[in-house]
Amino acid sequence: MDEKLSIGGHFFTSRLFTGTGKFAASEWIPRMLGASGSEMITVALRRIDQGGTTENILDFIPEGVVLLPNTSGARTAEEAVRIARIAKAAGCGNFIKIEVITDMKYLMPDNYETLKATEILAREDFIVLPYVLPDLPLAKRLEDAGAAAVMPLGSPIGSNRGLLTRDLIAMLIENCRVPVVVDAGIGRPSQAAEAMEMGADAVLVNTAIATAEDPAMMGRAFGLAVEAGRLGYLARLAGQSKTARASSPLTGFLD
Amino acid sequence: MEIVIRINGKDERRKAGTIAELVAGRGLAPGSLVVEYNGRIIKQDDWVKVMLRQGDELELLNFVGGG
Repeated sequence: MDEKLSIGGHFFTSRLFTGTGKFAASEWIPRMLGASGSEMITVALRRIDQGGTTENILDFIPEGVVLLPNTSGARTAEEAVRIARIAKAAGCGNFIKIEVITDMKYLMPDNYETLKATEILAREDFIVLPYVLPDLPLAKRLEDAGAAAVMPLGSPIGSNRGLLTRDLIAMLIENCRVPVVVDAGIGRPSQAAEAMEMGADAVLVNTAIATAEDPAMMGRAFGLAVEAGRLGYLARLAGQSKTARASSPLTGFLD
Repeated sequence: MEIVIRINGKDERRKAGTIAELVAGRGLAPGSLVVEYNGRIIKQDDWVKVMLRQGDELELLNFVGGG
């Protein structure tokens, strides 16, 4: 049997983390969580828009699901730290996904600023999950700084292009002490399964679920894919070869 | 008395009052609101206790969907 995933002293049965962005209606969020089994979900913090709605996204997240506020909107480590402190003071718990983005075309995380923010927040008793471009030396620095996990991207946020950084993520999986959570770019259940077969500890999926025609059913599909991929990893995948390896006896029928 | 305070990055001239009065005056639902006042979070129960003064900086925030 599989053991639970431990991050920052919390234990997760489901290795699928989800996000609250881009749902056509927030009512999908609790349905998606129920169908997928996901036990951790991201939220963002923003200035209220004048005269806009005051819907509270937290109202749609059932009790028992761990909140993972992100620092989206931060362009520097300092801004990320400020957002993290606000989220914690507002009662969102100790988890924080550090997301510092300066590149607006590909939304690539700024690894340098992310490391700086991790160093500060890990000292303040946050459970820090930095969202990064997969870079092994950086991942080791994040570990040393006290990150509770590392979250390398598969491909650009919302691009649904899957594991374009596959080989780089494999280096992290092979060498990191902390859990590796593949975040961003996973566009279909088979890609989530692929990440888990590689030995990723978890995946974080938002766009692919939230923008599906039926987000609850897609959540369930991802939940199953993550479990299937995980079991495939634990059961040790068989090797590949260029030529056939007969699975029936090779002797002629009547020999 | 009129004061100028900075709300979400913009200077606003308004009557002096508490945070609670400002929130109510804007028709905001308190449950969804996070108030940062001069760099620190003010709990909802304390909104009636904080009197806004000239030059204060307020951020009115809420949690939204994000990945």
